Amino acid sequence: MQHVGIKQAFAPWTDPTQRALLRIEAVSKRFGGFAAVDQLSLDIYEGEFFALLGPSGCGKTTLLRMIAGFERPGAGRIQLDGVDLVGVPPHRRPVNMMFQSYALFPHLNVEANIAFGLRQEGLPRAEIAGRVADMLALVKMERYGTRKPHELSGGQRQRVALARSLVKRPRVLLLDEPMAALDKKLRGETQFELMELRRQLGLTFIIVTHDQSEAMTVADRIAVMDHGRLMQVAPPADIYERPASRWVADFIGEVNLFEGRLGDDGVSVEGTAAGRLRAASKAAAEPGTVVCVALRPEKVRIAREAPAERSDNCTSGTVVDIGYLGDMSVYKLRLRDGSPAKAALANAGAIAERAIGLGDQVWLTWPPEATIVLTK
Amino acid sequence: MNKQQRSFLQKLIVRIPYAWLAAFFLLPFLIVLKISLSQTAIAQPPYTPVLNFAAGWHGIAAFFSGLSLDNYLLLGSDPLYVLSYIKSLQIAAFSTLMLLAVGYPIAYAVARTPPRWQMALVVLVVLPFWTSLLIRVYAWMNILQRDGLLNEALLALGIVKAPPVWLSTDTAVYIGIVYSYLPFMVLPLYAALEKLDWSLLEAAADLGAPRWKAFWLVTLPLSASGVLAGCLLCFIPIVGEFVIPDLLGGSRSPMIGQTIWMEFFANKDWPAASAVAVVLVCLLVTPIVVYQHQAMRAAERD
Repeated sequence: MQHVGIKQAFAPWTDPTQRALLRIEAVSKRFGGFAAVDQLSLDIYEGEFFALLGPSGCGKTTLLRMIAGFERPGAGRIQLDGVDLVGVPPHRRPVNMMFQSYALFPHLNVEANIAFGLRQEGLPRAEIAGRVADMLALVKMERYGTRKPHELSGGQRQRVALARSLVKRPRVLLLDEPMAALDKKLRGETQFELMELRRQLGLTFIIVTHDQSEAMTVADRIAVMDHGRLMQVAPPADIYERPASRWVADFIGEVNLFEGRLGDDGVSVEGTAAGRLRAASKAAAEPGTVVCVALRPEKVRIAREAPAERSDNCTSGTVVDIGYLGDMSVYKLRLRDGSPAKAALANAGAIAERAIGLGDQVWLTWPPEATIVLTK
Repeated sequence: MNKQQRSFLQKLIVRIPYAWLAAFFLLPFLIVLKISLSQTAIAQPPYTPVLNFAAGWHGIAAFFSGLSLDNYLLLGSDPLYVLSYIKSLQIAAFSTLMLLAVGYPIAYAVARTPPRWQMALVVLVVLPFWTSLLIRVYAWMNILQRDGLLNEALLALGIVKAPPVWLSTDTAVYIGIVYSYLPFMVLPLYAALEKLDWSLLEAAADLGAPRWKAFWLVTLPLSASGVLAGCLLCFIPIVGEFVIPDLLGGSRSPMIGQTIWMEFFANKDWPAASAVAVVLVCLLVTPIVVYQHQAMRAAERD
């Protein structure tokens, strides 16, 4: 199938000759009886914008803190550039972190905050001043050099925190929910600025976020985590279009989930609430096994008229609710057997042209490529 | 109640603390100041001149003409007084430094414990205050005497061969003062450290500062207001300390508190004692003003 690649050229994880920059090998961390991170292994390559995504308490922040050196793994290894990091204290790791609360030093002004890391390296004063000035220009805060953190707005503080963590040119920059405190519009702008910055500086970023759209926007690859384990590691398009498990399909975006039995040909699924479903490629399971089928709402076509031929991937239902989201409308449906389903349509035309209203009997169709058979 | 009456009542309420201060601080100080300008006399009260309103204007004029600065000249002429002031300032300064050295780690440790335990630990620091200071100083006399607990322990551990003398030395005074004033140092320090954002230390470590450097560059500057408050809160009263040096220290080089006591009770020289007290207040004016200024700034910041 044609892979829709926005960042198609950059995929070092597919290249077997490439060595990972950061190797996390079977790392575990327990707090009391609770396993925050459970035997997690991950390879992150140089130049990636990597996202750790998951619900609260999934262990993504703990993993980030272990890379930074603030937590010690109970088991496993973390290697950066081939050097084992376990045992190396945070102030000696070539890794910098941007904290969720920014953690700007309140008794120092913006320039002194940014210069702090460079002063620890013992660089000459002129060089420090030059690099601080460059960094201020990069984050567009040139005029705020002498201000103190409490004299800045939230967005400005975020830029200073970013500048402070970038000025040391770390091998890996860790971002702990950096945009959590920003409003929606600022968040969107900052996401693109971050991507641009990373591209300009050629650094490797690892971002922790619980915001799916943020991860999908900025990341080259996303690691979806749950209860300390990796559920799937893949580029955003693969995570969305080819989720590895029912859990991932349900966690990312909106989805319809149907259960049925895999047919003898390996591509059809029988006995679902939506009738007989057909996938585009063979599923990796024995015929007869109970599988789950994921169907994204935006892939579903709604029509009042029945389709010419009633084949697979076709069912009917009643519209029980319509959610108007501005750019699109979400239709909540009740299928023939009573189970719920969702379909989403972009509001391309004016609302009056939409012929479908509440209570209407509609027909739903979708292509075989949209039928995702999940074996886990 | 109309607006005028209410505003009058408001002003009255605001003026009550001022009236209290005037009656119980300003007036007594003026009385002491007046006595310092008088002469001793074998009379009741043991000084002259005494303000006698009954004598009318003539009496008041005689009163003011009887005042003199003789006692202040006396202070300057006898080295005992100057040495006493110097001794007091010296002991106060060194005690304050020792209190800082002992109190900062305690306050830091308490501030770093999980919040559940912090209240209990703070109470433990303050608990000794619930018993009388005098009894606690007597306890120290007991511990520090020749056959007391300290010497018993030192002999048992083999650290010394013969029991050293502790009482009536400066060392005993320092021990007593540091012990007694520790809460005054620990509490302001704890208050400042407790407000610290500990993720700042993580940020400092992340940026390349080892633990001691992070302390020096981040923790210490951010707790500076607590350090200043604690130091002044200890220094100012220690200068005028009486009980601890009197019970634990020697009489060879008295602190100013002991000197005032001697003048007042032993020599029955109220004017001289008052003069010593007035000079002491003048000496302490600068640190007191600094403390007030700093406390106001800290309150504004919060």
